[in-house]
Amino acid sequence: MTTGFPAAPEAVEPVVDWHRLDVRMLVVRPLNEIVGLVPVLVGLIVLGKGETWRILVGIALIAAIVLFGLLRWVTTRYRITDDQVELRTGLFVRKRLAVPRERIRTVDLTAKLGHRLFGLSAIRVGTGQHDQPDEDGLTLDAVSSAEAERLRVLLLTRTTTTTAGPRESGTVLSSLDRKWLRFAPLTLSGVVAVGALAGLVFNAARELEIEVFGPLTDAAHWVVEQPVWLTVALFAGVVLVIAGFGSLAVYVVQFWGYQLTREPDETVRVRRGLLTTRSVSVSEQRLRGVEVAEPLLLRAGRGAHLKSVTTGLGKKGESNLLLPPAPVAEAHRVSALVLREAVSPTLVPLGRHPIAALRRRLVRAVVPLLVLAAGLAVFAPPWTWQVTLALIPFSALLGWDRYRSLGHALTDHHLLARQGSALRETVALQRTGIIGWQVSRSFFQRRAGLVTITATTAAGDGAYDVVDVGEADGLALADEAVPELLRPFLVRGD
Amino acid sequence: MDAVSTDQLRLRAPRHRVSRKSITLWTLHALIGWAVLLVPQAVALVFSRTPWQVAAAVASVVVGTAHTLVMPRWRYRVHRWEATPTAVYTLAGWLNQEWRIAPVSRIQTVDTKRGPLQQLLGLSTVTVTTASAAGPVHIEGLDQDEAVRLADELTTTTQATPGDAT
Repeated sequence: MTTGFPAAPEAVEPVVDWHRLDVRMLVVRPLNEIVGLVPVLVGLIVLGKGETWRILVGIALIAAIVLFGLLRWVTTRYRITDDQVELRTGLFVRKRLAVPRERIRTVDLTAKLGHRLFGLSAIRVGTGQHDQPDEDGLTLDAVSSAEAERLRVLLLTRTTTTTAGPRESGTVLSSLDRKWLRFAPLTLSGVVAVGALAGLVFNAARELEIEVFGPLTDAAHWVVEQPVWLTVALFAGVVLVIAGFGSLAVYVVQFWGYQLTREPDETVRVRRGLLTTRSVSVSEQRLRGVEVAEPLLLRAGRGAHLKSVTTGLGKKGESNLLLPPAPVAEAHRVSALVLREAVSPTLVPLGRHPIAALRRRLVRAVVPLLVLAAGLAVFAPPWTWQVTLALIPFSALLGWDRYRSLGHALTDHHLLARQGSALRETVALQRTGIIGWQVSRSFFQRRAGLVTITATTAAGDGAYDVVDVGEADGLALADEAVPELLRPFLVRGD
Repeated sequence: MDAVSTDQLRLRAPRHRVSRKSITLWTLHALIGWAVLLVPQAVALVFSRTPWQVAAAVASVVVGTAHTLVMPRWRYRVHRWEATPTAVYTLAGWLNQEWRIAPVSRIQTVDTKRGPLQQLLGLSTVTVTTASAAGPVHIEGLDQDEAVRLADELTTTTQATPGDAT
C-alpha cells in the first residue's frame, strides 16, 4: 500500500502566519443564525401587543448573537505549516486543533446562502481517524471563496505526487441531466418534505393566530361525509401530489448544478446545491470503492444513486455522494469512470447464495408476524390478528427479494457484495483496502452451514458484509480477495 | 444441504486457549447479571404473589441457573487466540461465534485493560485496533503476564512496519 508521503516539492507556498477567518463572518454568522431564529423573533416581537419586554428580549437576543459572533471571530485563528493545519478557537474554553497534513483525505467546501451572498465558503478537512471521533478533521468557517479554493488545492496537493498546475480545470465525469428529475418522486424525501411542511405551516399558523383549523375542519367534515373509497382516494391523491412536488423541490435544492469532475491534482470532486453549495474533494488515493444504492421505489423505476467509499468523509450531510438519484446505467457508468475501470465492477454478475439463505430470509419474514398474530389473538380484538396474517404474504415476498439481492463476486481489483431489499446496496470494495476479516456464525447459521463474512476497511462504513454465504465459498472468497492473510488459518476436510 | 463434498474449506481453531480462570470471571458476570434481574423480583414477592409473578420468578431462576452453569464452560471451550508474525487471530462467543483476523501491518494501537473483577482474578484483556471503525480484536481473559508479553510483542512488530495502516 502506498502512503501519502510527498515525493515532490510543494507546488504552492505554505502559509505559516496565523490568519483570522474572513472579517465578513462578523455579518454572515449572525445573519445565518438570525435567519434560523426568524420564527422565534416574529413570535416575540410582531405578535403580542407590543409589550416592552417582548421587544427587549428580542433585541437582547440579536445583540447576544452579534456579540457571540464577534467573540468567535476575535478568538479564532488558523495557520497552515509544512506539517499541519492548526486552529485555535474559544474564549472560555480554549481549544487548539491540529491536523497533520499527510493525514488529510478530503476537503469539503460548503457555502450556505448567507455565505454565498458575501462570497464566503466554509472549509472542512477530513482525516478519517475513527478511533478519535472528536478529532475527525477540522472546520474553518469561513474564509473567502478564493482563499477556500486556494486552500483546497494546497491541502490536497500535499497528499499526491503530481505537481500539475492548480489552475487547470478538471475533466467532467458526469453532470445533472434534467431528465433525472423524474427520479425525485421515487425518493422518500417528498414524504419527509410533506411532514416538515405540514409541521411548519401549522406552527406558523398558530404563531400568527390565523384560522386554518376552522376551514380545515369543515373540509374534513365534508370529506368524512363522502363514501369511504372517495375519502381514501382524495387523501391519497392529495398526499401524492404534495409529496411529488415536495420531492422535486428537495431534489432541485440539493442537486442543482451537480457536477462530478476529476481534477488535475488527482482528486474526484462533487459540486452541487441550489441555495447551499457544496464541493467535496476526495483524494483518489484514498478512494476505496463505490456503493450503488437502490431504495425499493427507486429500483422499481430503474434508478439508483452512487456513494463513494472513502477514508475521511464524515457521515454528516451525505458528503460521500457521487451521483444523485439517476438512471442505474448512469450509476454504473460513473462507477467505472471513478474507479478507472473499463467496465464497472458493479456490473459483474454476482454469485448466488445457498438456498439455506432463502430459508433464513423467509423464516425471518414470517415467524415474527406469526408470533405477533398469536399474541394479538389472545390479547387484542380479532381484526388485529387478521390484518397481521394478511401481511404475511407481502413480508414473505420481501424476504424472497432480500434473498434475490444477496450476492458476491471478486474482480481483479474489487470485492463485490450486495444485500437488502428495501434498500439494496451493492458495494465494490478495493481489495487492497481490506484491512481485516471477521467471520461470524450464529447458532442458526451453523445449522444451515452458512457464515457472514465481513471485510473491515478504514473507509466508508468501516465494514462490509457478505451475508449468509456458504462457509467454504465464503472462506475461499476471503482467501482469494486478500492473498496470504487468511491462508495460514484455513484447513481442508470436514 | 448442498455440502461441497469432503473437500470443505474451514477455519482452524486458533492455537491458544484463554486462561482457565476466565470460567470464574464469566460465572461472576452471569451471577451479577441475573442478580440484577432476580433481586427486585424477590423483593416484590414479599409483598404480593400473583401467579404471573411466581411464574416469572421461577422461569428466571431456572434460565439463570442454566445460563450461569453452561455459558462459562461453553465459552471456555470456544474462546481461543493466536498471534503470528503477520496476523492476530481470535475466536470468541458461544451460541454465536466469531472469528476475527487483523493483519499486523494494519494494527494501529494495542491496549491492555483490566476491570475490577479481572484484577481480582489476575486477568487482562488485550485490544488490538486497526483503522477500521468496525470491530477491534479483543483477546479476553489472558493471564496478566501473558497479556503484557503479547502487547509488547505486538507493539514492537507494529512499530517495525511502515505506513499509516489505512
